[in-house]
Amino acid sequence: MSIIEKTLTTKKATREAFGDEIVKLGKENKDIYVIDVDIAKSCKTSNFIKQLPEQHINVGIAEQNAAGLAAGLATTGKIPFVSTYAVFGSLRMAEQIRQEVCYPNLNVKIACSHGGLTPANDGGSHQAIEDMGVLRSFPNMTVIMGADYFSTRKLVEQAAKMYGPVYLRFTRDTIPVIYDENEEFTIGKAKKIKEGQDIAIIANGDTVHLAIEATKELEKEGISVKLLDMHTIKPIDREAIVECLDIGRLITVEDHNILNGLGSAVCEVVAEEGKGKVSRIGVQDQFGQSAPYEKLMELNGITVSDIIKTAKEMLQ
Amino acid sequence: MKNISIEELKDIAIEMRKTAITMIHKAQSGHPGGSLSAADLMTALYFKEMNIDPNNPTWEDRDRFVLSKGHVCPIQYSALALKGYVPYDTIYTLREYGSPFQGHPDMKKCPGIDISTGSLGQGLSCGVGMAIAGKRDKKDYRVFSLVGDGECQEGQIWEAAQTAVKYQLDNLVVFVDNNRLQIDGFCDEIMPLQDLEKKFEAFGFETKRINGHSMAEIIETLDEIRVAQNGKPKCVVLDTVKGKGVSYMEDVADWHGVAPNDEEYKQAIAEIVGGLK
Repeated sequence: MSIIEKTLTTKKATREAFGDEIVKLGKENKDIYVIDVDIAKSCKTSNFIKQLPEQHINVGIAEQNAAGLAAGLATTGKIPFVSTYAVFGSLRMAEQIRQEVCYPNLNVKIACSHGGLTPANDGGSHQAIEDMGVLRSFPNMTVIMGADYFSTRKLVEQAAKMYGPVYLRFTRDTIPVIYDENEEFTIGKAKKIKEGQDIAIIANGDTVHLAIEATKELEKEGISVKLLDMHTIKPIDREAIVECLDIGRLITVEDHNILNGLGSAVCEVVAEEGKGKVSRIGVQDQFGQSAPYEKLMELNGITVSDIIKTAKEMLQ
Repeated sequence: MKNISIEELKDIAIEMRKTAITMIHKAQSGHPGGSLSAADLMTALYFKEMNIDPNNPTWEDRDRFVLSKGHVCPIQYSALALKGYVPYDTIYTLREYGSPFQGHPDMKKCPGIDISTGSLGQGLSCGVGMAIAGKRDKKDYRVFSLVGDGECQEGQIWEAAQTAVKYQLDNLVVFVDNNRLQIDGFCDEIMPLQDLEKKFEAFGFETKRINGHSMAEIIETLDEIRVAQNGKPKCVVLDTVKGKGVSYMEDVADWHGVAPNDEEYKQAIAEIVGGLK
């Protein structure tokens, strides 16, 4: 059964995927380390601490130090995962990541829960709406957000096995499980969920399931949709975007500011190719507030009906 | 640890200072003041204390050195050149296009640099990471890090310090180059640091304060630290003079990051050769 035909009933947070996968990876490779900054429980590394204490470090509430310490570990051959919230992992330790991780191109992974608007009731201070854009501008950095539990596990595994700095972003809240356990993913290669002729939708992270629901509705109305899960926004899969240019109408969907994230990355390619039109759906360059996650998504126009509406407008 | 006399080390310290000042003069760019205040410690570390192999800069059991105050890299480059990590004559490409000797240390470009630094406050955290790895891997290498007194205004230094104590890193030695000056003037005027020895002690370090230009005191201190494997990280506050060895640079904040002109350079070399013996 294709993904589009499935009813997505099971839900899981992708931070759980990180917590589960990192234990497996840590057991396989004693060089895998986790560095916590006092939020191990909510970043789901508690099992790692229990099972692999010799590969764990908790520096307390000191994110900048965590990033630098990870760089030091990496110089000795370790593969450290710094585990924190996206807002701190991208901003509080931004310069340390730039100077001590990306500049010397060390093998450090920044693994962040609470991506996008998913820490909804925590309010605007905790919602990371600009993190992927910040990290995307550092040379040597790879930037990833999986769309569900299983894809995130695969992407965490691949991040551990590739050399170099990687930023991984997870959801705090549960989101539908989209893929089968055995589905394969490649960092830097978009997952083609469906081919189509009328419109191309490129989504990532917690918006992919919304794009799937929108695709189902559009197909019912006779609109043929090509759908991509662009889990890696850097390096962006240029080839996959170019393949959308024959359709010429592209919609990007992301739980991130429409500036500097997936939408911007796609626009860069489309503009350089000189053909095609892009509509960006995402956070409308505004801070969030304490509210239910769905309400915040609605306030920014990141809903199934917004995707459908945008598609129809582009087809007029 | 190498067998070498204090007199021999003093001679090397002169070569270290000459080399650093020559690099900065030729480049007409760089940081002489802090390079000179750190020269004696750097000599003792590279030519006596550290267990390193210039022919194998990435040897996994080597002692590590982290220059947290990365801008004084001319003195580290001098040590690397005099030790034979790099051909001596190549170091006069400091700050030139394509040079391994970047304005701040770059581990990807220069052999013997254990971590790239240059943004103040960050290096010590890297040193803590290296020291934890050494403990976990049951290796007996040590990690030496040099931080500036002005640099201790950065909060991350203290984040790193508390971590070193928590993880009982007696394989980590932090040296504070206490030259009392920073770019804008005296540290006491810009942002007073109080007693750095007491501060590190309060964090749980074993500390000592010495004359950072007395080779005898430096060597005696390194001898003590080598045997003190008691679960405590070490901190040595080195009372130093910024620009030490060149009269017109001594205690003058403006020589933090300015290169001497031809005439000043001649005087500097003459004073270094004549004055410090």
